[in-house]
Amino acid sequence: MNRIERLRVVAALMSGIVFGLGLALSGMLNPARVRGFLDITRDWDPSLGFVLAGAVAVSALGMALVRRMHKPLLDSRFHLSETRIIDRRLLVGSAIFGIGWGMVGLCPGPALASLSLGLPATALFSTAMLAGMAAHDRLFGARLRQRTS
Amino acid sequence: MTAYLATFCGGMLIGLSAVILMMANGRVAGVSGIAGRLLQGVQTATGAAFVIGLFVGPVLFRLLAGAWPVVELVTPWPLVVAGGLLVGYGSRMGSGCTSGHGVVGLARLSRRSMAAVASFMAAAVATVYLMGLFA
Repeated sequence: MNRIERLRVVAALMSGIVFGLGLALSGMLNPARVRGFLDITRDWDPSLGFVLAGAVAVSALGMALVRRMHKPLLDSRFHLSETRIIDRRLLVGSAIFGIGWGMVGLCPGPALASLSLGLPATALFSTAMLAGMAAHDRLFGARLRQRTS
Repeated sequence: MTAYLATFCGGMLIGLSAVILMMANGRVAGVSGIAGRLLQGVQTATGAAFVIGLFVGPVLFRLLAGAWPVVELVTPWPLVVAGGLLVGYGSRMGSGCTSGHGVVGLARLSRRSMAAVASFMAAAVATVYLMGLFA
């Protein structure tokens, strides 16, 4: 591993730490609150909408700066999806994800970050989630590998 | 009020995390993508570093705030397993989750991500509504 590769690992670690801290501060680690946010017809708790608002605001500012860069600081190019098509895979896959998210109140980031708390229920969820990911990628592996360059 | 401030600031940190990864490595901070590639054995060093960071985040919160973040999960365990399988399978099939499509995709004004967010939000809201009918 050369110097640039080591720096990329450090950047990924920093990004992960800030992400995990943000999740902990935001309340997104609490499935009960997430489900309260999704429960728009009954006791709606709109507060978690501010997580998305804050995240997209900062992210949009950053992405505007990124647009002026020819390449990232530690790599020769940006790795972005070139797909533009809104197909059935995207919509059905997202809907399947949404059903699971609604059932439990955990999405992938909070599921993994909450493992630090050592709770059996979130560990069980994360294990099932990783199995679901592996099952999908085992079935459609070739197609995915083309995309992950 | 403080609850709203905490959620907003937490959200800003999540946005900052996405900017760090894009500016430094040119990568989308999408947790399902990072975890999925890690399971495939692709980009293992940076992927593992990001996931370790995710674990460190709540520990750092514990040190700064003096208490662990609240986690209330009362769903019966068979539903927890089923939900986990659906979240894992669906997020890989749809090429992203709340972070990749939500935080990064929406900020980049990606049409694909807007469609994905609309789809998973509608499905999640409908699921919570339907489960509430039987609660």
